[in-house]
Amino acid sequence: MGDILVYAEHHNGTFPKTTLVAFGAGKAAAAKLGGACKAVILGSGVDALATEAASYGLDVLQLDDARFEHYLADAYTAALAAIVKDKGIETFIATATALGKDLTPRLAARLEAPLAADISDINDDGTVVRPMYAGNVFATVKLEGTPRVISVRATAFEPAAKEGNGAVEKVSPALEGDLTMKFENLEEVKSDRPVLTEASVVVSGGRGLKNGENFTTVLEPLVDAMGAAMGASRAAVDAGFVPNDLQVGQTGKVVAPELYVAVGLSGAIQHLAGMKDSKVIVAINKDEEAPIFQVSDYGLVADLFKAVPEMKEAVDKLKAG
Amino acid sequence: MKILVTVKRVPDPETSIKVKPDGSGIVTDNIKWVVNPFDEIGVEEALRIKEKVAGSEVVLVSIGDKVAQEQLRTGLAMGADRAILVLADDLDPLGVARVLAKLVDDEKPDLIIMGKQAIDDDSNAVGQMLAELLGWPQGTFASQVALSDDQKSASVTREVDGGLETLSFPLPGVVTADLRLNEPRYASLPGIMKARKKELKEIPVADLGVDVTPRVTITKMEPPPSREAGKIVASVEELVNLLHTEAKVI
Repeated sequence: MGDILVYAEHHNGTFPKTTLVAFGAGKAAAAKLGGACKAVILGSGVDALATEAASYGLDVLQLDDARFEHYLADAYTAALAAIVKDKGIETFIATATALGKDLTPRLAARLEAPLAADISDINDDGTVVRPMYAGNVFATVKLEGTPRVISVRATAFEPAAKEGNGAVEKVSPALEGDLTMKFENLEEVKSDRPVLTEASVVVSGGRGLKNGENFTTVLEPLVDAMGAAMGASRAAVDAGFVPNDLQVGQTGKVVAPELYVAVGLSGAIQHLAGMKDSKVIVAINKDEEAPIFQVSDYGLVADLFKAVPEMKEAVDKLKAG
Repeated sequence: MKILVTVKRVPDPETSIKVKPDGSGIVTDNIKWVVNPFDEIGVEEALRIKEKVAGSEVVLVSIGDKVAQEQLRTGLAMGADRAILVLADDLDPLGVARVLAKLVDDEKPDLIIMGKQAIDDDSNAVGQMLAELLGWPQGTFASQVALSDDQKSASVTREVDGGLETLSFPLPGVVTADLRLNEPRYASLPGIMKARKKELKEIPVADLGVDVTPRVTITKMEPPPSREAGKIVASVEELVNLLHTEAKVI
């Protein structure tokens, strides 16, 4: 069996949880399909990260080059395709983050490889499972031939734990093709709150909040009292209440926290696709017919403008002991 | 400039999707079919460029069944100039990208705009694949597209994890549209009338001489595991109490 290569995505000198999920998925795939699971890291000045990746028990291929300081689809695809070919890799895995979704199809096209995007499971026979139609359908998908490229849903696999130590090998593949893309800048959203896809508690607001100001004055105090990340429905994003990076759903982020609190959102199909794997779901909505109540563990039919401040007080009191 | 925009026929996002009992596909009775919402945003973006850059042409492409004419007519009614429908079924994303690459060889557009994903198979793949097959740069998940004055290059602001990233590249290139790129217009009545007379060319996929043998096949479809509705609580106090003592999550 050929080996599995996992893409070690990093930001600001660290691996987000989504990368550890890719490591976990790679190891799970190796256990089912055979072969060794390796990691590949691209960047500039990434020695420490390569060593850290190796501490998850993976042999690491490291491409360290000033031209790779910022992710760019054309250059990264050229490098990764060369590495996959040089090393005879059979399965390439990345997490379906914004970067992973940008990269994996391009890499698949370059390798003329079958692609399975955003998969939720790997079966023993090598078929994979992926959601379609906003999570209303789970399809079993067969990929013909190798190499194959897979992106994994961040909430569907366990993050890897540190164990053992792999070796780090530096590589410098030849880059073929026109590399014309140029990084200009990254406007980071600075927040003291946990990252949406990593938080153990997420509080999301919908169109019921009526405007962007209410997200700040009504919802945020509860978000912070609970130490949560803030999310939003697509309707709230469409209405311009909050930026799109808060969007939870089929077309936004997929989350699966311990606790998901849905406030003033109806639970449209496409929103449910992004949160219904949460462990405990709470819905607060004044419309008792709202579909969100059909997936919630605890539902409160109430006016959010009254219930949310009350809940904030109650949580504060509880935390004060 | 010439802009190629893809238009896919998909079930209305508000439609409830059910899997056939034998797992061979979805139940298509009573489904309302629409233009993939992200493609609609792509059409709008192309039309806005056309309005700014004199002499531009917007060409729509769809791949699928003959009935996809309806969605192309919708795009033509919004203001696109002409449309091409490639008659084919059961293509995988790479097959779709290959068909599009062949059309690009013939049409030679300066810019391709696509929706970031189709809301039926949710692969979010074809734009990136097409860019690679053509050896072109890509600006995916775009929330803003700015062309240089001479239309020789583009600067694309992208929705990435943790913020907004801006890339630049020379054209031709591929852009995929995210939700906030624009608010698509509705087709006007005169637009709908005019659309009936616009060119809509049909091409059987076999005529293109492209290998579209799928390498990715769906062997089975299943509904998602269902989640039981829980209890309705009477007050905030009860809710917080249960979350603390029963669910143990706060």
